[in-house]
Amino acid sequence: MDYVANKEIIVKRIAKVFKTGEVVNLGIGLPTQVANYLPKDVTIILQSENGMMGLGPAPAKGSEDRDLTNAGSAPVTVQTGGCFFDSATSFGIIRGGHVDYTVLGVLEVDQDGNLANYKIPGKMVPGMGGAMDLTTGARVVIAATLHFEPTGGSRMKRRCTLPLTAAREVDMVVTDLGVFEVRGGRFHLVECFEPYTPEWILERTDADITVSNDCRIVKID
Amino acid sequence: MIAKPIISAAEAAGKIKEGDTLMVGGFLACGSPHTIIHALKDLGTKNLTLVCNDTAGHDFKSGRVTGVGYLVQTKQFKKMIVSHIGLNQETQRQMNSGETVVDLVPQGTLAERIRAAGTGLGGFLTPTGIGTEVEAGKQVIVVEDRPFLLELPLHGDVAIIKAKKADKAGNLVYNGTAQNFNPLMATAASLVIAEVEEIVEIGEIDPNTVHTPSIFVDFLVKSERLEW
Repeated sequence: MDYVANKEIIVKRIAKVFKTGEVVNLGIGLPTQVANYLPKDVTIILQSENGMMGLGPAPAKGSEDRDLTNAGSAPVTVQTGGCFFDSATSFGIIRGGHVDYTVLGVLEVDQDGNLANYKIPGKMVPGMGGAMDLTTGARVVIAATLHFEPTGGSRMKRRCTLPLTAAREVDMVVTDLGVFEVRGGRFHLVECFEPYTPEWILERTDADITVSNDCRIVKID
Repeated sequence: MIAKPIISAAEAAGKIKEGDTLMVGGFLACGSPHTIIHALKDLGTKNLTLVCNDTAGHDFKSGRVTGVGYLVQTKQFKKMIVSHIGLNQETQRQMNSGETVVDLVPQGTLAERIRAAGTGLGGFLTPTGIGTEVEAGKQVIVVEDRPFLLELPLHGDVAIIKAKKADKAGNLVYNGTAQNFNPLMATAASLVIAEVEEIVEIGEIDPNTVHTPSIFVDFLVKSERLEW
């Protein structure tokens, strides 16, 4: 079967992870889109590291407020009951374990739970921003990524080669092929997305993966 | 209460001297003191060390520059201590060519280092950065079997910050996510200049709503430029 990159399936699946009342920080880029797919009956509280609890959707065109942005500087709104705070309080919330989930993008993620996403030495060096604090402090760290690099290699590795953002902090990886838990120095495939099969994924991923006994084949829609 | 001098942006820029460590409030240009930034650009003071969350924006394709990115463009910094430079291609160019030193600090650590400087602490222990390049050269201290990095306070010679409103005493109120690093920097520099959109009489701000107490602020500047 042919592989077609599918970012939407990643954010749709992650949107099903959370329970009402949980505090979630969504990274800039792909993770931000998770907010668009949350189930109607689930209400989570979005934390934004630039100093807001209760991050709301983008405003209507023309009603942007230059003092109200997300951590990527895009205009946003604040939900009723939300609040603002300074950066020390924001990272106190993050490091202090008051954020349940952080969802981050990936350059490389390995089977020990290491994550690299802030630096390709000599080339692209965006900086870590809040990602190191988020991966250290959040209760559950979810890495969100297309399974394959543009060159065809898997982003899931035995060992990261780039400078680490997080050492042994990743709990779960969601790609456009499936859901993987990170435990005991291995990936555990717990969900495989149709039309792919566990065998197909194992053949093309250069990492140690155990197919969980209760691994489900699911259709994400 | 004693009223603080209200000065022009040009006068404010003139208080920043060559070689100073300059703290600039704002997060990707949101909540930055844009009027003072542009006055400093016009004055052209060089060899500054920047302390800021990021270096805002500079996109080579569109040519769009925002916030403190204007001072990067004019090469007024010899060093930048920031958490993120991903939206500023000129910062990345200067770093990769070796023209400017860029010290990348995790955002929470940067905030807390500034807070530590302003609140009389000798440093703090954070788990952030353990097992990464951030650990290099730092003391690791184990507390109850968990390793932490000793991070040191970060002082500024001058802080230029931005608030929504001040009274003439210098009590400040921020707005929305424009708060970010501003209240921390207000505590951590020898000289603090607050750019504000509105200046009201002493007594007109409810003491319950003041974010930054007046004693931290030395000078006030009225905003003339709000665009990033």
